[in-house]
Amino acid sequence: MSKMNRVKIAEQEPKIRATNFEEVCLGYTEDEAVEEAARCLNCKNPKCVTKCPVAIDIPGFIQHVKNREFEEAVKVIAKYSALPAVCGRVCPQETQCESKCILGIKGEAVAIGKLERFVGDYSRVHNVDISQTKSKNGKKVAVIGSGPAGLTCAGDLAKDGYDVTIFEALHEAGGVLVYGIPEFRLPKGTVVKHEVENVIKLGVKIETNVIVGRTVTINQLMEEEDFVAVFIGSGAGLPMFMGIPGENLNGVFSANEYLTRNNLMKAYKEGYRTPIRTGSKVAVVGGGNVAMDAVRTAVRLGAEGHIVYRRSESELPARAEEVHHAKEEGVIMDLLVNPIEILGDDAGNVIGMNCIKMELGEPDASGRRRPIAIKGSEFVIDVDTVIMSLGTSPNPLIASTTEGLEINKWKCIVAEDETGLTSKKNVYAGGDAVSGAATVILAMEAGKKAAKAINEMLAN
Amino acid sequence: MYKIIEKRALAPQIFLMDIEAPRVAKSAKPGQFVIIKMDEKGERIPLTISDYDIKRGTVTIVVQTIGCSTKEMENYEVGDSFLDFVGPLGQASELMSESIEELKNKKIIFIAGGLGTAPVYPQVKWLNEQGVKADVIIGAKAEEYVIMEEEMKSVAGNVYPCTDDGSYGYKGLVTNKLKDLVQNEGKKYDLVIAIGPMIMMKFVCKLTEELGITTIVSMNPIMVDGTGMCGACRLTVDGETKFACVDGPEFDGHKVNFEEAMRRQTMYKTQEVPKNEGIKPGCGLGGTK
Repeated sequence: MSKMNRVKIAEQEPKIRATNFEEVCLGYTEDEAVEEAARCLNCKNPKCVTKCPVAIDIPGFIQHVKNREFEEAVKVIAKYSALPAVCGRVCPQETQCESKCILGIKGEAVAIGKLERFVGDYSRVHNVDISQTKSKNGKKVAVIGSGPAGLTCAGDLAKDGYDVTIFEALHEAGGVLVYGIPEFRLPKGTVVKHEVENVIKLGVKIETNVIVGRTVTINQLMEEEDFVAVFIGSGAGLPMFMGIPGENLNGVFSANEYLTRNNLMKAYKEGYRTPIRTGSKVAVVGGGNVAMDAVRTAVRLGAEGHIVYRRSESELPARAEEVHHAKEEGVIMDLLVNPIEILGDDAGNVIGMNCIKMELGEPDASGRRRPIAIKGSEFVIDVDTVIMSLGTSPNPLIASTTEGLEINKWKCIVAEDETGLTSKKNVYAGGDAVSGAATVILAMEAGKKAAKAINEMLAN
Repeated sequence: MYKIIEKRALAPQIFLMDIEAPRVAKSAKPGQFVIIKMDEKGERIPLTISDYDIKRGTVTIVVQTIGCSTKEMENYEVGDSFLDFVGPLGQASELMSESIEELKNKKIIFIAGGLGTAPVYPQVKWLNEQGVKADVIIGAKAEEYVIMEEEMKSVAGNVYPCTDDGSYGYKGLVTNKLKDLVQNEGKKYDLVIAIGPMIMMKFVCKLTEELGITTIVSMNPIMVDGTGMCGACRLTVDGETKFACVDGPEFDGHKVNFEEAMRRQTMYKTQEVPKNEGIKPGCGLGGTK
């Protein structure tokens, strides 16, 4: 094989995988990983690192993989990231690290994500110990939310000797890693569980079933339970709806509900008691990763899956790999289409969706070409289930129950870029709670920065 | 794990449990609810808080066996534990945000239907602690289904039990009783708070609209997380979509779209185990293929 192309990675056959929830991509073997790592030019001034939000020493860990020093590679990544097996799987590498790889100019970029994933998986399978921490300093820090931001912040603080407790509203830790991203992209029982356990091994306590703002308030944590600092990593979990007629018919779901039932509650598994309504023809409205996850879930539950998106394929915000996988699995792309009404029968069940065709106009403020409805182009898509995947916004619960915590007009917590410090003393925030819905790795970056800032503040 | 400290039968298929959950007990307020997940494979089910005791660190729930999960819950005994118990969820009763002086000037009547008597109790009890005696209509299909009457009497003004078959108290529906009190007995009420099956709340609202009495209802739609992240519990109130778990569960009953709410409640009916059929292994099943 030419050096210009990356080493092929094994995947489940599309026809087979479209009927199960097993992971699609099977990952590199040791030999394949070594071969792919050997393609890396080990640049003196590595551009890939500049595009990684947590600035992992990418050539550093890849050289160890090339030399079969896998344990060393694990330790290099552990300095920067607590969730390599997750990020290697879910980061949009084509717009991050891999976008700047020199090899990508004439051929294919080094498969940095797949190599990171290999290292993360190696660490799990071989139980590499990365639980070194400084001696305990007796200071208590509370972390709200156990998603990527909270786990990262908690892990880093524990390494610095803090006594950290994570408060999680759901019954399981992991945030979007457990309720949002499906098993076929991110296995829960192995990958996510192991990375959460790594954080617990550092001495972090996780209290599930605690909703900050209801079960306990930030002030109570600080005044009655002696937490000297708080990090809010509560995410952006509030689903948006379109506000079109028929949205409350039976058979219309938010992607959050559909995915939570399936991923967190395991509705697809025999013996689990949470039901899920699949339908035979499912339209998912939206074009992000969540939309792809929802439609591929519906396909696996036996439905014909449609993506209904108002822009064209090149504007799809989802990861390129997921769009490719979705198409391979038979998902039908209804592009440049926007729903205007959901239609129901007399019993209130969805029987179709009235849509309008769109064309792209001038670029808007975000630089994307604005979709414009084509007059008179209305048509009906015949579906019995509609899943709205239009994005999410932060839950206002914490802000509304914490005096002095400033939020902006999008209900996002206002926090300093470099430190995560909020308008409230000793309270920090990061991840989607501050930025609105973004990526796992950006949440981790925010968690890291806040941990550093909290440590600097408390060390004085 | 959340331990069951006490369990007591209140009526056929209705039982009470005190659950050890100190954090929830400390923060609970009348009108709020909890979500319970019994074990690893269980579903998350919402139940209204019926009482709470900060000293013992317990929260009281009252359960009616209507399907798979509640039937299974009935098999749990004192000393057993639930895997997950989260709360308090939802907004506290609106009564708590009013001034005590204002409340004292108001004539309040609660209408409790069946199991709804349990969540009415903490509100009446709270009012009593503020020096306000509220009246209560308790509706049930027959005498043995009237629950918590003694407890209610100790904190309420007048308590009016009603049974469909006339085996105890007033014979007839709660709406008939309210009409009777207002139109024949000259009672005046400024506020009605109705908690029970949606169909009952709907008809109470229809009546109170005619009578011109402000009415609060506690809605009980399908829920999953109970924290506002999914919208399974969404309702239309005054033309706007609301999430019952965070915006409610209490709403102005005259503004709730009951037809839609009742229709949405039946969304998974085909997948639930019919009453009296017992628990089948895996009655949640995977999808509707």
